[in-house]
Amino acid sequence: MREITYRQALNEALAEELERDPNVFLMGEEVAEYHGAYKVSQGLLERFGPKRIIDTPISENGFAGLGVGAAMAGLRPIIEFMTWSFSLVAFDQVVNNAPNMFMMSGGQFNIPITFRGPNGPAHQLAATHSHATENLYASVPGLKICTPATPRDAKGLLKTAVRDDNPVLLLEAELLYSSKGMVEPPDEELLIPLGQAEVKREGSDVSIICYAQTVPLALNVAAQLEEEDISAEIVDLRSIKPLDEETIYNSVAKTHRVVIVEQDRPYCGVGAEVCYRIQKNIFDELDAPIMRVSQDDVPMPYNEKLEKFVLPNADKLMSAVKKVCYT
Amino acid sequence: MQRAEQRDEVEMLALMLLIRRFEERASQQYQAQKIGGFCHLYIGQEAVVVGAVAAVRDDDYIITAYRDHGHALARGTSANACMAELFGKATGCSQGLGGSMHFFDKKNHMYGGHAIVGAHVPLAAGLAFASKYRDEDRVTLCFFGDGAINQGSFHEALNLIALYRLPVILICENNLFAMGTSVKRSTSLKQIVDRAEGYDIPGEIVDGMNFREVRDKIAEVAASIRKDPHPAFLEVRTYRYRGHSMSDPASYRTKDELEKYRLDDPIIRLRAQLTREGKLTNEQFDALDKKAKQAALESVKFAEQSPELPVEDVYKYVYYEGNSS
Repeated sequence: MREITYRQALNEALAEELERDPNVFLMGEEVAEYHGAYKVSQGLLERFGPKRIIDTPISENGFAGLGVGAAMAGLRPIIEFMTWSFSLVAFDQVVNNAPNMFMMSGGQFNIPITFRGPNGPAHQLAATHSHATENLYASVPGLKICTPATPRDAKGLLKTAVRDDNPVLLLEAELLYSSKGMVEPPDEELLIPLGQAEVKREGSDVSIICYAQTVPLALNVAAQLEEEDISAEIVDLRSIKPLDEETIYNSVAKTHRVVIVEQDRPYCGVGAEVCYRIQKNIFDELDAPIMRVSQDDVPMPYNEKLEKFVLPNADKLMSAVKKVCYT
Repeated sequence: MQRAEQRDEVEMLALMLLIRRFEERASQQYQAQKIGGFCHLYIGQEAVVVGAVAAVRDDDYIITAYRDHGHALARGTSANACMAELFGKATGCSQGLGGSMHFFDKKNHMYGGHAIVGAHVPLAAGLAFASKYRDEDRVTLCFFGDGAINQGSFHEALNLIALYRLPVILICENNLFAMGTSVKRSTSLKQIVDRAEGYDIPGEIVDGMNFREVRDKIAEVAASIRKDPHPAFLEVRTYRYRGHSMSDPASYRTKDELEKYRLDDPIIRLRAQLTREGKLTNEQFDALDKKAKQAALESVKFAEQSPELPVEDVYKYVYYEGNSS
């Protein structure tokens, strides 16, 4: 194992998959000559050439659809959105074409495509550039959605996504590109299955269910809670769809108390679905109502103080945990 | 691989007749409520797709919008599989899961049947991108209506197609109406072909009621593309005799206008050309028409007798679980 950044981990995953399969190509805005708006594709143009690392004009609907068409013809495109906020102008391709083709062609055309890019509120980007899109896409049958929080998960999930025969959305955590973590050496194949959560920290008093940018937040809060003699178990979903219910239920059966901390909005958010499934399937294990911490239900304000006010944070999470623990 | 110049014109006339008779049966079955959803008929436009198919190779990609019955039939999908699809049966070309607007036939390189206006033009760019990526000399034929040319996806795709010099023939089947809105009321151009100019794509106008003109133009463009990949745009002027869909009485146009086009019918025109040249007798034409009618009638019987997918099979078509290539 060695320590690399989230950005480097994604870069390694791209390079390894491009190397492995000549049908894989990377396409998006600024991915080639500029090396990626977030430098995720650094060095790939030099290594794989302009045939496989392709700059596009600012035309998300156009190049997302081009990717879907290329996948129909048997290629395995990786389409980068500069941010998932921009995927909204390609919503029709991501929602109406990629995941519907298999059903409406009677099983003749599956779409092996990976859409990826940064997702979730970053820092003072205001309403149009701060979308956490996971709950928008999670409601669409035919899509798979993963949300890595660590360099290791980022690498392992991206590699698995590229090999999957269906449309997979890799929602990278915009604020975590420079974060570091331990990852297997490059000569060791790292594939993390989609739909497999990971307990990032063991605990016995409360389960904190989180993903993407809320994972480091939950880990920090768990350390603080320890000082107050509350042992928190941190369950990182890693994939939003398919959802690893077993890992969630095992944790809840152990702690009997649940807080879900998510980076999207509260109304029809990811936490609402997780919450529903827990109460439906293991209601008797619960010793307290489930709490959710999310963004507030408002368009994201630019002002720093207001932005902080509407985002999930340590104080909100602490107070939710204490509420379910009745302390 | 069958070359364009080898395709027999009498066979192509037979194909146009098959489409016409199939659509008439589909109309009847729709009215009898055997067919659900929306149903858009191709009657009047047969020379466009048959002319196009006659001009290209069997392995060239074809993709179109929702008025797609003719495209599948022209590509070699059987009338049985097409009618069964309309009936929602498991023997349909999309196993009854796509319906009228989503005909797919991978084996015959018919890549759909796409019902969001303009949304398949980027897909066509992707198909052509794949051919170019693999250094194949395939051509992608992308059909769309005059209604698609004002959609954002169309513009984005045209720019990408031109920018990457992709081997696509963009075929605008201009039947004068986007649903009930005439081109005059929808488009800020004197003629649709001028859209191509904005993207530096060579464009031409073709008489879509004339099979030979369509075929020859597409053959010429396809040959040029195979030598050196590039896009081309054809505004093919045609006319649909029926409404936009089965529920549309088409009251936005006059009887006189419809009659004018009926006199210019693509089937009558090709028949007359062949008869004049001594290549087709009246008896032969009648036999072809009888055969087409028979095939259409049999397709209804086939569809009626076909099974539906069991309901639990619906979960098989959400995610593909095969091995990755």
